[in-house]
Amino acid sequence: MKKSDVLCCLGVESTADDFGVGIATFKGEILANASSGYVPEEGGIHPREAARHHAEAADKVLGEALSKAGTKPTDLALIAFAQGPGLGPCLRTGATVARALASYLDVPLVGVNHSVAHIEIGKLETGAVDPVTLYVSGGNTLVSAFDSGRYRVFGETLDIALGNCLDVFARTAGLKQKRGMPLGAALEQLAANGEKLISLPYVVKGMDISLSGLLTAATTLLRKGECRLEDLCYSLQEHAFSMVTEVTERALAHTEKKEVLLTGGVAANRRLQEMLSSIAEEHDAKFNVVPRQFATDNGAMIAWTGVLAYTHGLVTPVEESFVKLRWRLEKVDVPWIK
Amino acid sequence: MDKVDSQKLLKKGAEASLFLASWHGRRVIVKARFPKKYRPAELDAKIRSYRTAHEPQLMHEAKLAGVPTPTIFLVDMKNAVITMEFVEGKQVKQVLPHVSKKAQQELCGRIGVLIGKMHRRGVIHGDLTTSNMILSGEGKIFLVDFGLGEKNSELEARGVDLHLMKRALQSTHYQFAEECFRNVLRGYSEVLGGEDAGKVFEKIREIERRGRYVDERKQA
Repeated sequence: MKKSDVLCCLGVESTADDFGVGIATFKGEILANASSGYVPEEGGIHPREAARHHAEAADKVLGEALSKAGTKPTDLALIAFAQGPGLGPCLRTGATVARALASYLDVPLVGVNHSVAHIEIGKLETGAVDPVTLYVSGGNTLVSAFDSGRYRVFGETLDIALGNCLDVFARTAGLKQKRGMPLGAALEQLAANGEKLISLPYVVKGMDISLSGLLTAATTLLRKGECRLEDLCYSLQEHAFSMVTEVTERALAHTEKKEVLLTGGVAANRRLQEMLSSIAEEHDAKFNVVPRQFATDNGAMIAWTGVLAYTHGLVTPVEESFVKLRWRLEKVDVPWIK
Repeated sequence: MDKVDSQKLLKKGAEASLFLASWHGRRVIVKARFPKKYRPAELDAKIRSYRTAHEPQLMHEAKLAGVPTPTIFLVDMKNAVITMEFVEGKQVKQVLPHVSKKAQQELCGRIGVLIGKMHRRGVIHGDLTTSNMILSGEGKIFLVDFGLGEKNSELEARGVDLHLMKRALQSTHYQFAEECFRNVLRGYSEVLGGEDAGKVFEKIREIERRGRYVDERKQA
């Protein structure tokens, strides 16, 4: 079968509540980035319900991505999928879609680490080469930099992720998630009208942080009903963001790198961007933030990371394509960086 | 009398800047915590003054526990500046990769002993990395940078302190982190005794299981 002249990779993302399909050329051009998000009726992500959403949405999202890119399935040279880390049922749904596509089209399959993908799409879109990365989302909060073949984790949360902390607080405050309006964005809007800084726990341990105590303290104050909600949102953000900014600055001072990259869903928050930009400036480093459409979980980042992996000799035979729920960033070989 | 002269920037850290200076004819380190623009002024003032007040106290406590730390000369609470002894030597971070396996194990064992002594007296360092340990010319290991430390005798605090040490070894000395950490724990047990150290080690495993996307969670 003759492939078209431009080699393309299709990437499937399904680690948590978003099912995404992206198409990237081998040269790093993103042709499509379609997705469908599962919105729980109440509470957080129910893995089985999210997986059901993904299975139902897969056909539509795939079609949307292919038509946006103007690519026929038979033109695809490679299928990539997020192999982990994430929620089991969700990961397995995406992996099934990817395996089926690769087998049917008879093209190679490559499993991609979701955290690596968040970093790589940030680098691709901003032009950053060797940054200290702060990756903050609903499931991850870590500070990483490349050293000797892998992205090393310099700091991370000892308990819950930053996005998780903000989301749980927002839900407790009765904010509702809407399509196209994540809870974090609703919280950010309220925080912008905060006037008074309420004292909350600030927990930095070495290069790690702990957010669970902060969340408990903030929700306790919320339930007491004595503080303005805007002030609480503002104070929660200021404390949590100051903590991640401090550890990012520590990693920056430690590694002496000259670029900072902010990536992941919470990267869309302007206040967090402002803080990180401030420390970058202080250390004469260039500040980069992933564009909003690639901040949240997406298929394009999987497609692009799939290209990087495949063009550096990595493939994932179907029989080894089982999902890895706990695939830590620092366990992944990154042969495409010298 | 309190005049500190000829300051030269040694290291611009995240938490503080370190200057080499002279005070009454001796070389000293001036540790200045400058305001951080990114956080609200109230929070900034709170963090800087808290750390400036606690760090010297903890360093003194550690010294009483038999852990070498630089002697404190001046504490300027208003400007969040501490003036302390300059310890001549090399960071353990720089030394560790260039010595024999045997010397590595010995060094890590001694680090474990120091952590054990500190913990026994209720001092938590809060940022145990090989950059914060100085091997002096006389061969003593000094612990520095107690800015994130606290007085705490709970298992949780001890466990986190050692867990951070392990993580620091993994990110900085990934080639031999496992072995180094084993030796740190060996030295630690020598001081605390098998039973008490065992409780801390169990706590470390619990802390690891709380982490995100770690294999340790499988056993939970």
